[in-house]
Amino acid sequence: MPRTISRDTISLALTGSGGTGMLTAGDLLLRAVARNGLYGLLTRSVGPQIRGGESAALLRIAHYPLETHDDTFHVLFAADWKNFDRFVGEIHLDEDVLVIMDEAARDVPAVVEETSGEVFRLPLHATAKETGGRVNMVGVGFLGRLLGMGKEELADIIRWFFSRKKRDRFIEPSIAAMEAGFDLAAPHVEKGALLAAPSATERAAAKNRWLISGNQAVATGFLQAGGRFAAGYPITPATDMLEWLGPRLPKFGGVLVQAEDELAAINMVLGASYGGLPAMTATSGPGLSLMVEGIGLAVAAEIPALIVDVQRIGPSTGIPTKSEQGDLMLAINAAHGDAPHLVLAPDCVTDCIRTTAWALHLAERLQCPAIVLSDQKLGQMHSIIDAIEMPPWKAGRKVQERCEGDYARYSLTDDGVSPMALPGTPGCMHTIDGLEHDEHALPSSRVEDHAAQLEKRRQKLFLMEDWPDEDMTHWADVQGGGEVAVLTWGSAAGPAREAVRMAAEEGLHVKHISMRLLFPPQRKRLSKLLDGVKRLIVVEQTHSGQFLHYLKSWFDLPEVVISCRRPGPRPITPRQVLRALREACRITGKEIERVCQ
Amino acid sequence: MTEQTPLKAKDYKSGVHPVWCPGCGDFGVLAAITRALAPMGLPREQVAVVSGIGCSGRIPAYLATYGFHGLHGRALPVATGLKLARPDLTVIAAGGDGDIYSIGAAHFVHTCRRNPDITLVVMDNRVYGMTKGQPSPTSEPDFATPIQPEGPEMPPVNGLLLALASGASFVARGFSGHQEELAAMIRAAVEHPGFALVEILSPCPTFRPEQTHWKREVQAGVLKPAASVQEAMARVLSAPELSTGIVWQAGRALPHAVSEPSGDGDALMRELLAGFVP
Repeated sequence: MPRTISRDTISLALTGSGGTGMLTAGDLLLRAVARNGLYGLLTRSVGPQIRGGESAALLRIAHYPLETHDDTFHVLFAADWKNFDRFVGEIHLDEDVLVIMDEAARDVPAVVEETSGEVFRLPLHATAKETGGRVNMVGVGFLGRLLGMGKEELADIIRWFFSRKKRDRFIEPSIAAMEAGFDLAAPHVEKGALLAAPSATERAAAKNRWLISGNQAVATGFLQAGGRFAAGYPITPATDMLEWLGPRLPKFGGVLVQAEDELAAINMVLGASYGGLPAMTATSGPGLSLMVEGIGLAVAAEIPALIVDVQRIGPSTGIPTKSEQGDLMLAINAAHGDAPHLVLAPDCVTDCIRTTAWALHLAERLQCPAIVLSDQKLGQMHSIIDAIEMPPWKAGRKVQERCEGDYARYSLTDDGVSPMALPGTPGCMHTIDGLEHDEHALPSSRVEDHAAQLEKRRQKLFLMEDWPDEDMTHWADVQGGGEVAVLTWGSAAGPAREAVRMAAEEGLHVKHISMRLLFPPQRKRLSKLLDGVKRLIVVEQTHSGQFLHYLKSWFDLPEVVISCRRPGPRPITPRQVLRALREACRITGKEIERVCQ
Repeated sequence: MTEQTPLKAKDYKSGVHPVWCPGCGDFGVLAAITRALAPMGLPREQVAVVSGIGCSGRIPAYLATYGFHGLHGRALPVATGLKLARPDLTVIAAGGDGDIYSIGAAHFVHTCRRNPDITLVVMDNRVYGMTKGQPSPTSEPDFATPIQPEGPEMPPVNGLLLALASGASFVARGFSGHQEELAAMIRAAVEHPGFALVEILSPCPTFRPEQTHWKREVQAGVLKPAASVQEAMARVLSAPELSTGIVWQAGRALPHAVSEPSGDGDALMRELLAGFVP
């Protein structure tokens, strides 16, 4: 690879069969990067096997905040080539990718022959063996040095890592292997490091950064907004959110229950919320499918609840460890009957904190379920972000403190929200019901009651369109301007934001709108944002264009709409969006709904 | 201000007219619950009754307590969530044999294991009444109906055995026609610290008219508290099918419920966020 020192971003893929510890190596390098004041993100590409399958740590580092992977990987560190073919389709290697591999490796793939970059054939395994450590630690030393990290800071991180896991006996051999790898890199750093070294200012900023995953950020937003009860059933890729939240909730006076299934989880959440506590569950597509009946009950009985769906590839069991945005229609249309509810989506790791807090606030305020759509990419992305001020939104519902005489749980009010009497409130006793009911919560099959309650439940949500702008600042993120706009939701915002920045460097000025509140649809607000926009690019990670169809059914769109979409597991990349932007800027006349891949 | 006690049994009734058929055993269950609660002096607002779907599911609305009429089969997880979130409440779950032993069977097993401090009353009439007469999980193998003319041809679920095998800490069977025994049994179940099952023989005069004979056939007090789970199981197996009593009660640890936060919310949050600094 024709190496130059002045790269401001670099992407590395660390691959090997399961058990070579590549994921750990990625974790350690990301932490080293963070302590140096650089930005970075780490995702894992793993197969569904518990052990022994393919695994790759995908690491991107930069001098500026990152939300997404780059289009290509510049460095490939291969502990071995077993199962490399299983995920090479997701990882686009740069044409002059630098390959670091074991000199004795077998099954060397064509990429090694094809690259116009350098190939380092090194005694990786032999070095590991000599030191008594493992090959991943050799990699940490070698790559750490190429990235400009110091030997001692890498050793510090190894110590921190193993002592935290109470595996102190691994510390010394791991440091020895790292140091051997560090030394092995000596001849290769003469041409310069892979990345420009951080400045003193950057280094000083390290203490104002967080190393956090999207799943942790969602749980943090829940706690920040006052969440107290959680129930869930293990499911990839949401489990680590429950595992992170479980031991932390009791400090906040809360509790997490591992339920027997998702049906139990959502119903436990409804029970706790009926008792007055802000409550959540986290799941993925298959679990959301099971929770749909409970979500309908929460709509009908007007019970606040937060349901986080960390989307994975569907349908059915799909590809559990990989990302897609294919649950959008399920989330919006969840539950039989007319069952309007909130659907929101965080659009980057940092925003997972904010959007989750806002979603819980809205669910409580509007007494209805809120589905938060994260995905595997956001949820399991470990990211170095700037520390933020915690968002202001808190859970809090309109409560009937006491009753004198008549209490109507579902009274018809101007804003559609009726005060909720919590169990324990004297004089307000009533039975909430999934049966259609009258204002007093008594079962009713009368035409008038059904019409009135349907409208009450619709109205309280759709009135959000008329809320003052200052209460709705978080509904969408808007950057840039111009006649061409790119519209995204969820994790597709990351590559779109980067594409918009690259386009600006080319002199193409476009607008980016990232929608965080998907339901109820903010028609007037989006119209305002689309005012003057002549061409719209809709970016999403689905095969069928779910977001496009949602937009077409609720909004007035510009004449030219280009759908830029692809299913997982190949991620949406900045340059894929950039190509669509360039094309949109060239189009003349009406060309409705072109699809770019 | 909580309510002034004492209240009478009738004070626990809401006055809403039940949808149940004349002669339905569920009237007896309703009466027995109110007769159990009144002498305990529980303020009505401190009691929450959670139900699923079916004839049994209507019972919360007939009580003057708080109530939650939810989904078919899911009364137990709702009740569990409510109790763990609000340990101050007295929580009673109610369901039918189909509700609890069929569509909600998984929750039944795992609620027995989890042992939240709630009481479950199962109104067992061995038939799906609300859908007009299909066999339920407690129906006899030869109970012939249009949907299964030969009968279900499967052994019925034995709820008491299932509860014992799953670790329930209080297991009893009552009969809606034996009010005094049933009211005392429900009271003991509510007072029991942990998960308590009271299965109640509750005849369906409409779809199981032969059950109107239960009045003569049920043998009260046959099931007596056993000293071990093995003995309790043996008693359930050897006792006549239509026998009642408390067969098992034991102390067991309760699941974790919510508590007071360990400090100021902002300080807790700062501590949490410090964990993200690399």
